[in-house]
This record gives sequence, C-alpha cells and structure tokens, in this order.
Amino acid sequence: MGWIGETVDSIKSIKIRQLLTQAVTLGMIVTSALIIWKAMMCVTGTESPVVVVLSGSMEPGFQRGDILLLRMTKDPIRTGEIVVFKIDGRDIPIVHRVIEVHERKTTGKVDVLTKGDNNDVDDIDLYADGQMWLHRHHIMGRAVGFLPYVGWVTIIMTEKPIIKYILIGAMGLLVITSKD
Amino acid sequence: MHSFGYRANALLTFAVTILAFICAIASFSDNFSNQTPSAQIQILNINWFQKQPHGNDEVSLTLNITADLQSLFTWNTKQVFAFVAAEYETSKNSLNQVSLWDAIIPEKEEANFWIQISNKYRFIDQGHNLRGKDFNLTLHWHVMPKTGKMFADKIVMSGYRLPNAYR
Repeated sequence: MGWIGETVDSIKSIKIRQLLTQAVTLGMIVTSALIIWKAMMCVTGTESPVVVVLSGSMEPGFQRGDILLLRMTKDPIRTGEIVVFKIDGRDIPIVHRVIEVHERKTTGKVDVLTKGDNNDVDDIDLYADGQMWLHRHHIMGRAVGFLPYVGWVTIIMTEKPIIKYILIGAMGLLVITSKD
Repeated sequence: MHSFGYRANALLTFAVTILAFICAIASFSDNFSNQTPSAQIQILNINWFQKQPHGNDEVSLTLNITADLQSLFTWNTKQVFAFVAAEYETSKNSLNQVSLWDAIIPEKEEANFWIQISNKYRFIDQGHNLRGKDFNLTLHWHVMPKTGKMFADKIVMSGYRLPNAYR
C-alpha cells in the first residue's frame, strides 16, 4: 500500500499558496452546488424540489429510501395527486395521496383530506389537534417523478451521523493530499 | 493521475452518469405507449342514506366496477393505483371529490377486473346537500413507474343520482 507513504509525504510538503487555491476550489464547488439547488427551487416552484421517502406508508409504490421529485403549480388540488405536506408545528414533511377535496365557490379555498396508500385509515390522526382538513398553504408540492433507492444515502447519513463524519474526513484528506 | 483513487473516482462518476441517463431514457419511453383503458361503473344499491348527528349527509352504496387497464402497463411500470371518486357540486362548494374505493394493481394480468363492493371510504358531505343530488363517478388511475415520470388520467362517467329522501 504505497499510497499511504505518498499521502504522508504530500502532507509534509504542503505550501500555503497551494492550500489557499484548494480552499477556493472547494468553496467554488460548494457554491455551485448551492446555486444548482436554488435554481431547482425556482424551476419547480417548491422549497424542497426533492424529498426522500422515510416511511412505508405509500408501499408498494414508494419504499423507504426512494427519492421523489416535486413540483408546485397554481393548478387546483384534486383527488389522486400525491402531495407533500407539513403539519403546523412539525418539521417532517409527509408524502401521501389526496382522497377528498372540497373547494369553496366563493373563495376558491380547498379542504383536503389525505391518506397513505398502505395505511388503513386516513390522516385525520396525523393532523394537528382539532384540525379536520389540510389547506393549500400546508401543501409544499406534488410528486411528479420518482427515483428508486437513491435516497438511502441521505437516510444513512441522518440516522448514523458517524458515517457522515467519516465521509467528510475522507474527502477532506483527499482534497489536502491531491497534487493538483 | 493513474492512482487507485483517481480511477475509482472516474469510474464512479461515469457509472452514476450512465445510470441517470438510462433512467431518463426509460422514463421517456413511457411517452410512446398507446393507452386505451376502459371502465364501467354501476350503482347496484343504495344501502342507506342518513343525516349524521352533527348535520352532515352520509350515504353507503354498493358499486359494480368493471375496468380494463391493461394497456396502461409498460415495461417501466411498477404498479397502477386506481380509485373511484364521486364528484358533485353544492351551493357552498364549487367542487366536491370524495374517494369511494381504491386498489393497487401490481401486474398487467390483474388490470382487467370486475369487482362488486360497498364503498371502502365513507361518502360524507360537508353539509346536507345530497338529497336528489346528481353526481359523476370518475375512475382515476395513477401509473407509478419503476423510475421517472408518473402519469395520471381518468374516465368520467356521469348520470348518477342520489334518492330524494333519506332511507
């Protein structure tokens, strides 16, 4: 394993200018990733264009670890749409299907009821106390596309943070020791 | 330039790019499928039709649903989610959609079906507007792919009417 020897040698020979160049390069990579993310937010109209499925309530269609691509338009909400919503006071977005819609004639506001495909009952118990319906402002987006398995990376990093630190440590080491 | 790390990195990047490309093509191929689904719904019986204690109407129906959704399945289809919703208008609401029944169809062979059941989900109005109400029954389907874009569409069947009095 001669590359361990090479790594140790290259750490010893670090120069300040080289280090700064690498820091700037790293900063550019991170910033362009952020730009791409913000651009996706603009294009899809929702503040989270991609979500990872965390529970099994939409199986067998969506398994834990799948990624959903979201989009939010001004179109009215109708039954059958798979929507992502957040309950007031809770952080975790929930991805379920709309099963009931009541739209007011005068104001255009909607009352929406949702249910997970794999659940036996609708989501009334998930809503805040006393809340019977979801409204448009709870809904963050509609699922329009789907990628299987890709979300496991996020789940593993969230549930076992040690892996996140190992990965960042390894990437840091790679950046420091690379010769260009 | 030829160290193990560089080679692994280049290989991984290439593999992920090719995988993303294949997923995009698989999803794109779904646009070319010829879809001709058909369905019929009959209301066999109004089981009961009452006003609940807090004022909302509720009705229980027995439905006979026949459908052929086989043409919706492509090689990139994981399952088709089908559901029947009742749609009607009231004086307060411009649109009410209430889902009465749904099913997950995992394979093409099971997509040509005939089923007779009472409504899986309760048909409750916001108010007491259902007597003598005309409504549509729509069969919706949602094609969930193995990867990529999801498609949804529906068939609207109109001409259904609830009885004029509670029973």
